[in-house]
Formats: sequence, C-alpha cells, structure tokens
Amino acid sequence: MIRYVLRRLLQLIPVFFGTTFLIYTLVWAVPGDPFSGKCGQQACPQAYIDLMTEKFHLDDNLIVQYFKYLGSLFTGDWGETFNGNSVGELIANSYPITLRLAIIAVIIEAVIGLSAGVLTGLRGRGFLDNLVLVSTTFLISLPVFVTAIVLQIVLGTEFGLIDASVSDDPGIGELIVPGIALGSLSMAYIARLTRTSIAENRHADYIRTAIAKGQPNSRVIGVHLLRNSVIPVLTFLGTDLGALMGGAIVTEGVFNINGLGGLIFRGIQNRESATVVGVVVLLVLVYLLMSLIVDLLYAVLDPRIRYD
Amino acid sequence: MRGSTRFRAAAAVTTLSLLLLTACGGGSSSGSSGEADPNGTFTVYGTEPQNTLIPTNTNELGGSKAVDPMFAELVGFKGENAEPFNQMAESITTTDSKVYDIKIKHGWKFHDGTEVKAKNFVDAWNYGAYAPNGQINSTFFENIEGYADVHPEDENAKPAADKMSGLVVKNDYEFQVTLSAPFSVFGIKIGYTAFAPLPDAFFKDPKAFAQHPIGNGPMKFVSRTPNADIKLTRFDGYQGQDKVKFKDLDIKIYSSQETAYQDLLSNKLDFIETLPPSALAGSKYKTDLKDNLVTGHLLGISTIAIPYYVPGYDNLDLRKAISLAIDRAQITKTVMNDTYVPADGYVSQGIPGYRPGVCKFCKFDPAQAKMYFQKSGFKGKLTIASNADGGRKEPLVAACNSIKKTLGVACDFVPATDFGQWRSIVVGHKLTGMGRADWSADYPSIEDFLNPIFRTGASSNDSVYSNPQVDAKLAEADGTADKDAAVKLYQQAEDMIAQDLPSIPVWDEKGVAAKSDHAKTAGLDFRRRADLSTVEVTK
Repeated sequence: MIRYVLRRLLQLIPVFFGTTFLIYTLVWAVPGDPFSGKCGQQACPQAYIDLMTEKFHLDDNLIVQYFKYLGSLFTGDWGETFNGNSVGELIANSYPITLRLAIIAVIIEAVIGLSAGVLTGLRGRGFLDNLVLVSTTFLISLPVFVTAIVLQIVLGTEFGLIDASVSDDPGIGELIVPGIALGSLSMAYIARLTRTSIAENRHADYIRTAIAKGQPNSRVIGVHLLRNSVIPVLTFLGTDLGALMGGAIVTEGVFNINGLGGLIFRGIQNRESATVVGVVVLLVLVYLLMSLIVDLLYAVLDPRIRYD
Repeated sequence: MRGSTRFRAAAAVTTLSLLLLTACGGGSSSGSSGEADPNGTFTVYGTEPQNTLIPTNTNELGGSKAVDPMFAELVGFKGENAEPFNQMAESITTTDSKVYDIKIKHGWKFHDGTEVKAKNFVDAWNYGAYAPNGQINSTFFENIEGYADVHPEDENAKPAADKMSGLVVKNDYEFQVTLSAPFSVFGIKIGYTAFAPLPDAFFKDPKAFAQHPIGNGPMKFVSRTPNADIKLTRFDGYQGQDKVKFKDLDIKIYSSQETAYQDLLSNKLDFIETLPPSALAGSKYKTDLKDNLVTGHLLGISTIAIPYYVPGYDNLDLRKAISLAIDRAQITKTVMNDTYVPADGYVSQGIPGYRPGVCKFCKFDPAQAKMYFQKSGFKGKLTIASNADGGRKEPLVAACNSIKKTLGVACDFVPATDFGQWRSIVVGHKLTGMGRADWSADYPSIEDFLNPIFRTGASSNDSVYSNPQVDAKLAEADGTADKDAAVKLYQQAEDMIAQDLPSIPVWDEKGVAAKSDHAKTAGLDFRRRADLSTVEVTK
C-alpha cells in the first residue's frame, strides 16, 4: 500500500510539469499584442509597454519564460497581475470561498443524488422512477449558466427570496442557491449512476445470500448493497470536487462570487494571463490530489482491490 | 402506498430547504423615507482597475472611478455641463498661451495631513512624464517644454534629464509652466486626472502608495480587496466646492453587468452608469427603472472611419454617398433604444463650440446618396469592421443595412473578437474597409475632438488623414491666447474636416444610467461616472 502511494506521488511530477507547460504555452502564446486595447482609444505609450515587457519577461522565448515562471513559483511567488496585485494573494483570498461553494455543491449532489438514486434503484419502475428520470433529463439538458441565471432572476429579482449577487465573504446561507446551480448537473448524473449500480447489484449472488441468511433488510441495503454500489459514484464525486472548483467559473460569474472561478472569469475577460495560469496550475494540483485520494479510498471500501 | 409516502417526505424536505433559503437570503431593500442621510453609504458598480491606483497611471473607467474622487486637480469640471472652474488653482494666467503662471490656493491638505504645495504638482508631473516610470498617461505632458528630454521618442534612448525644464517652482504656492509651443487649451487640459498633485509620501515609496493612495480630493482611501471592492470615505478637511453629501463610497466590483443590474433593481446597488444589453432590448429599462433612470450627456462621438490607406476608399463622392445613406434617426431610435442621438458634426453636443449641422452630409437623403454613389464609380463590396462585443455590433449592422438598401451595394459587418484584437487591427493599419472609430474626450474642449484625431500624425489619427490646411488652422487655434477666438478657429478647422469627411459622424451617446431607490438623487457626469457631488442617499 505504501509503495503504491509513493508510486502515485512520483507519477504526479511529470503530470504536473506537462500540464503546467501546456497551460502556460496556451495562455501566453495566444497571438496578438497583450497591450492592445489596454490604453483605450489611444495607443499605449512605448515606455509603458517596455516596462511591462520587461516585468513579464515577454522578450524571452516561451521555454525560458516558462522556466522563469516555474522558478518563481517554487519560491512561492505566483507572479503579479498587470495592475500590480499579487496573484498569490488573490488566490489566497478566493480559494476558501470556492472551496465552501464546491463542498456545498458536493453535499447537495451527494445527498439529493444518492437518495434519489437509492430510492429509484431499489423500487424499480414506478411513479418515482419516472419522476427522477424526467427531472434528471431536464437538469442534464440545461447548461449551468441557464440554471444559474434562471435561479437568480426567479428567486432573486422576481420573488426577492435571495440576493442577486453574493457578498464579498459569503456565508453558507448565501451560497446554497449558487451551490444548487453548480451541483445540479452532477446531481443528475449521480442519481442515475447510483440507480443503475443499485439496480444491478440488487440481484447479485451475495445479496441473495445475505437475505437468505436472514439478515435484516436495513443491513442488507446499508452495508452489503450500498458499499459495493457506491464505488463508481465515489469516483465520480471525487473527481467532481476538482471539476467543481473549475466549473464554478460560470456560476461564480453569474452570482458575482469572489472565488477562484470568478478570478479565472475576470482573468480571461481582462487577458490577465498571470492570473489564469496561476489559478489553473492550482486546479491541476487539486485535481491530481483528488484522484489520488479516490484511488486510495477504493481499497478502504473494497478489500478485494489490492494494489501490490 | 409506501412510495408516495417517501415522495411526500422528499417534497417536505424541498419545502423546508426553500423556507431556509428565505430565511438566509434577501431582505436588504431599504425604505426610502425621503430623508437624506449625511452618514449614508453610496454603492456604485465598478470593474477591476487595469493599472495601479495612481493618477498618472489610470485612464480607464474602472480605475478612474476610484482615483478621481481621491484627487482634486487645479481645474475642476462642473458635473451638469462640464464647465471648467478653478478648483485648486487660485489663478491661471498667461499672455501668450506659452508661459502659464499658476497660483494655488492656501491651506489645502492631503489626506495624510501634509499641505498641498506647488512642488507637489511639479514633482507629480515630472514623475508622470519620465519614461522609465512607464506611466500610461505620460503623453499628456508632451506640451511641456523639456518633455523630449525626459521621454525621448526613440525607445532605446536614455532620457537626458529626469525633470522637465518647463516646470519651475516659484514659491510654495506658485509655479510656472512653459510649453514647447503655444497651446490655448492647456488651462482646461490640466483638469484631467493625470495632472493631480502627489504628496511627498508617494515619492518615498511609490509601490506602497499604490496599495494605499493618499490624495487631496473629497474622498479618501479606506481599503481595497482585489476583485471585490474599493472603499472610500469622506475627507472632512476637503475645501473644494464638490464636497460629497454622504459618508462612504463603496465601489463594488462585478464580473457581469447583468448581475449588477439585478442588484440595482433589488436596491443592493445604488448606481450603475451603463445598462446591460438585456435591459436595453426593447427599451425594457424604461419600465424597469421609471424614476430611477438617470440620463446625462457624455463627451463622446461615434463615427465610422474610412481609412485613407484602403484602396478605392479615398474617394470623396463615395464618402458622401455612404454618409447620406445612413438613416441615423431610425437606428438611434429602434436599434439603440434612444440611448444615442444622431450626430451631425465632429464635436459632441454640449461642448462649448458645438454647432448643429456642421456635417452637411450627415442627414439621411437617399436620392442625393444615390447620385453621389453613381458619380463615385465605386465597384465592389463595402465593409464595416468593429469589435462585436458590448453592443457594438448591432448599430453597425443596421448602418450597413441602411447603406445596402439605399445604394444597392453589398455591405457586410466584419467582427473582431474583442476590443484588444480590434485595437491591434486599427493601430496596425490592417483595416480592409470602414471601421468603427469612437472617441470620448478626456477633458471638455472642442480641441480634444480635433487635435488627437485629425492632425497629421496625431496619436489617434488611425485612418492617416492629412490635410495641411487643417494642420495649420489647428496650430493657429492652439496658439491663440484668447479663448473665444481660439474656439472660432477650431470651428473653422472642423468645417474643413467636414468637407473632407475622413470619418462619418453617426451618433452621439446620451449616457443612460440607473440609480436605486436608496439614492435620493444622483447625476451622471460627462465622463460616464456618478457625479458624486450631486448624490444624496436616504436612510
């Protein structure tokens, strides 16, 4: 087990370099002058362009630029935006909010999605099954920004139940509606994934054995059935937390949440390459870490899965 | 039946969570009792500043919303009509428009308690102009003698000096500015943000200052959270006449105008200076806002430029035909939902020196348009290029259609992805047809609508227009000390430009803003910002 963990940790290194290099190249190699349009209807003074070019090493070729960036990254310096804010500080201010939002979304999708999936999976065809089928189809077909804007306008502007935008440092209450918008898509997937998994395992041999041995119903479902059925769902949930951190771009944009998604949203809008690269590097790390944790959890849930 | 019980339980959970939501959110609407509150907070829509919060390094709306209330310049502009008045200046005198003697008022203080002296202006201007400081507004100082020494044109040359020879401090309250050539509008130009004084604290540590600016204006800096808000509060020691009648200014930064507009409608935001496309569509804003609609007049003009470097377009008859073929009145009414008015000259309405009907070819006249088009002998397709975002596309498509219908010539709108890409096309002279050429003035003078755009080789003369007679007339106006006589000369230059039609004036933006119920009064100034001195908030 320890060897497996070590091997997985070592694998993270090339993945980290590969992804960050790709991101850096993609963001900074976008054709076009980063300073066009920065000074409104007038051309930027050459002195300003020179200063910025030097500051962001834009004269060097991309490889050198990347290593200079990595170098400062390892000393804990995430760089600076064009308007002089430290990217590290920006990230430090915004990641707790996004984390809060992502956890709320995961809780919502886990609780609602899992319970809907378990109920329909156990019961089979019927009214409830159809209801879940129709509502999940509906949710899956809606893009997140539509869900978010509809929730915002209906609950916020029309009924006045919530505020249309979220405050600078939002509490859990304020984040519930954005969390629903963010988690709705995955919630639908989880409901369906659980349903299929449960329905399949319901007729498995070990379940029949457990029932035949006279185990109480709650134990059969809670321990035998759920434990085995939840493995694919867990994979999904784990990587989804990573995806939610990034997927929050749209939701945070709509609700004006000052999190990582909002940071990327603005970074792209204003062509703040330093911010975009910084946040995406962080998201890569989160993603890698989450998939590692999920892999390790497999062993806990299913002793048959052995790694060495 | 068990299934339906479960379903009922699920429904109960949903209802409960909805109730919880009701308890958590909402409830920030304020009762507008009508009583003005001198200690209230005014919340305005903001965008993240693009540069550091220093006057010489701020030129876009997001940053200037924060910087402008923090600094007071020598000259101020009245909110309602942009009329200049002496603010920090006791007097500005000149006999030849070349040497300006400036006396400043006594007893004005920076927010850190130090007095504003003549050297604070001189030091700030020298800092702004000095090339290695890389300030965005450095070109604003180019009239001052010695600018070429601190900011050489050749980018690789080292500046010969770090101070401009044209700036001389006479005593604590007086300094003298010598220009490299006579410039009659200099007395108005120094009202622009870049000409604000900077305290001694700035020169000790510019980086720390940018994090916590210290100004001499009606509001002082409190705090800033990037991407979230910038907070200012009233400076009680302020001596100027544009004092504010509320206490705290909260510039709330939004990533989407739509969200800000939703907040405004629910009284969570007090002012937004521009309305999102969804509110403009079908004039929805008029029913949404009713009494809370704020209109102003911006110092800007929208034109369609016809670059001289594009083959076939250097044809006066074609220019006339295109201009006469655009139905401005109809487009401003239907496509732009009354947020613009038709333009008929090169100067924005409301500027001293504006005259209606300067552009004789700026009316809609299909018959004449066709006649000129025949005469031009133009063959091929017309195009109008612009960035397509921010509602820029729709009116230009309408203009194209109007041209197409009138002249029977093909006309296409060519989009660029964003403003940055659009600017690099324009600056690189890569247009292949007509292009959008909007201009908003930095300071309210007829000069700022002509010199930067139409003089040969001027900084924003993107369509490479050149007419020696216009250049000579503009130079003559620049050198005329008498203000009224200068305006007359600028008008003559405008007449000559209107003969050449280097660009076609199309519309002039009214400026449509919105306030909340919480704001009792709020005006929109000519620079598209809340005119803070008019703002009153209710409890």
